[in-house]
Amino acid sequence: MDLQRLERRSPCQWMMPAQGAMRVPVVIFASEALVREMDQKVFEQACNVAMLPGIVGASYAMPDAHWGYGFPIGGVAAFDADRGGVVSAGGVGFDISCGVRCLRTGLTRADVEPVQRRLADGLFKHVPAGVGSTGAIRLNADEMDAMLCGGAKWAVQRGWGDAADLDRIEEHGQMLHAKPGEVSAQAKKRQREEMGTLGSGNHYLEVQEVAEIHDERIASAYGLARGDIVVMIHCGSRGLGHQIGTEYLREMVLAAPGHGIALPDRELACAPIRSDLGQRYLGAMRAAINCALANRQVLTHLVRQVFADVLPKARLPVLYDVSHNTCKLETHEIDGQKRQLYVHRKGATRAFGPGHPDLPEPLRAFGQPVLIGGSMGTGSYVLAGTTQSESLAYASACHGAGRAMSRHQALRTWQGRQVIDDLAAQGILVRTPSQRGVAEEAPGAYKDVSAVVDAADAAGLARKVAWLRPMVCVKG
Amino acid sequence: MTARWELFEHGADIGVRGFGDTRAEAFEQAAMAVTAVVTDPAGVEPREMVQMSCEAPDDELLLADWLNAVIYQMALRRMLFRRFEVKLEGRRLQARAWGEPASVARHHPAVEVKGATYTALRVGPAQQGGWLAQTVVDV
Repeated sequence: MDLQRLERRSPCQWMMPAQGAMRVPVVIFASEALVREMDQKVFEQACNVAMLPGIVGASYAMPDAHWGYGFPIGGVAAFDADRGGVVSAGGVGFDISCGVRCLRTGLTRADVEPVQRRLADGLFKHVPAGVGSTGAIRLNADEMDAMLCGGAKWAVQRGWGDAADLDRIEEHGQMLHAKPGEVSAQAKKRQREEMGTLGSGNHYLEVQEVAEIHDERIASAYGLARGDIVVMIHCGSRGLGHQIGTEYLREMVLAAPGHGIALPDRELACAPIRSDLGQRYLGAMRAAINCALANRQVLTHLVRQVFADVLPKARLPVLYDVSHNTCKLETHEIDGQKRQLYVHRKGATRAFGPGHPDLPEPLRAFGQPVLIGGSMGTGSYVLAGTTQSESLAYASACHGAGRAMSRHQALRTWQGRQVIDDLAAQGILVRTPSQRGVAEEAPGAYKDVSAVVDAADAAGLARKVAWLRPMVCVKG
Repeated sequence: MTARWELFEHGADIGVRGFGDTRAEAFEQAAMAVTAVVTDPAGVEPREMVQMSCEAPDDELLLADWLNAVIYQMALRRMLFRRFEVKLEGRRLQARAWGEPASVARHHPAVEVKGATYTALRVGPAQQGGWLAQTVVDV
């Protein structure tokens, strides 16, 4: 990205004032090296977002921002319904509420090492992963609607998990005001065999070791110590979310002129929050958030079954569950005034700071856990929301490493078998139905997650707490 | 010109592009490229036939709708397609697609396609003559 047009406001914060049709400035949080590496398209897309009606504050890009559809991936923008604000299907994305859940295990590396292979094989056998895989749960029409209203709470009520899990999930496991009636029959049909499946692409299930602690105080409150074993689940709302995204994106493109909205890019398709279409989308999107929360809950149950068999002494409480692709109504303080805003996070994590009332009591004093997935080789991070994050980008942080190389190029560069063997030599066992998939997801195809996390920390978006290194990776 | 397809680069995702003498042929080839995102199309047997239809106000939305119809059938039936036959009457599309259920052992499917986006979406004359139909798909 060309730095010429950006003002540097701090070592990791860059700003371009509003110009032309932009209603607000663009603010990018990243180190100089990361900004230089960012695609110019990120800048263009962030500027386009700044043109949308009712946007408040600025159009933000997180340190892992990359070229997306309409919004950059790693984009954050908030809209005020009272000032003509919009909700954008493109600003949420196809994989609604794609996110990460972290489970603690109470185990250490020494417990897992002797059974690492058995654990890898057990997880791969028991958790459906990859293209065309199906789950064991079939939902009739009533149960589908109950799931879309209840989210993880629905799953727990059906016996897939514990009530204690729910407090450790955004929205306490259930997104309110979901409207299953606004979800098409096609979307529900696409979900029919996909409950409790991991998906493919960058989705994964990993057993990880806490390799480094960066903040002892917060790590201890989160129940993390060096050498501890955790499980990380990365997946989203499966076919249902993809179909809702597809259908509402189309409808918003067609309806935009009728709403008096000139779209700088079709993919920015949006509708006024106070319109029939805007309200229908919000209802359907919230149903998809519940689908993602329910899905990660069912996967948690499957993971617990495998651990009960291989390592029966383990208990697997949820540390936290975050969602990346959402639009949520939140209260934020702007110029000393509390305002209700619709915050879009596209490939960005909510990062509430210490004291936020939505955080469960044991975590409240320390800030929300922010779970950052890395590549198969480089590991993941746990961060914590900060007090200043609220004033920086509506309490938001990065979500992952971001790709450095296209799938196409990765496929020409690596062989899946070789990647698996190289990782095995480093003590990381990969299990996958697709070697081609592994080649496309090779660690080298991703940016350095550490640089992204360091920039988030330096910018004040979230504080670095722990670095996690994979031991087992089930790749869809 | 010979009908053909290709994939093109897009950051985290992947672009699909079809070329053909007619608009319909370019649409068929773009759908072949969607299969190629998941697996080598040459390894797919055209054993079962599925019918699809859609309608849109312009050519570009029609392409996105068509590819989304294919993606939907791939997801719902857990199938991969090897051959497509598209008939266009104005902005109305009717199609048949031949393929078989996805097999992990034979197809090594790399990734699920979530949807066709409107990014780099274009339907129009190709530089070398004939038609081009392209867009980016989310994986």
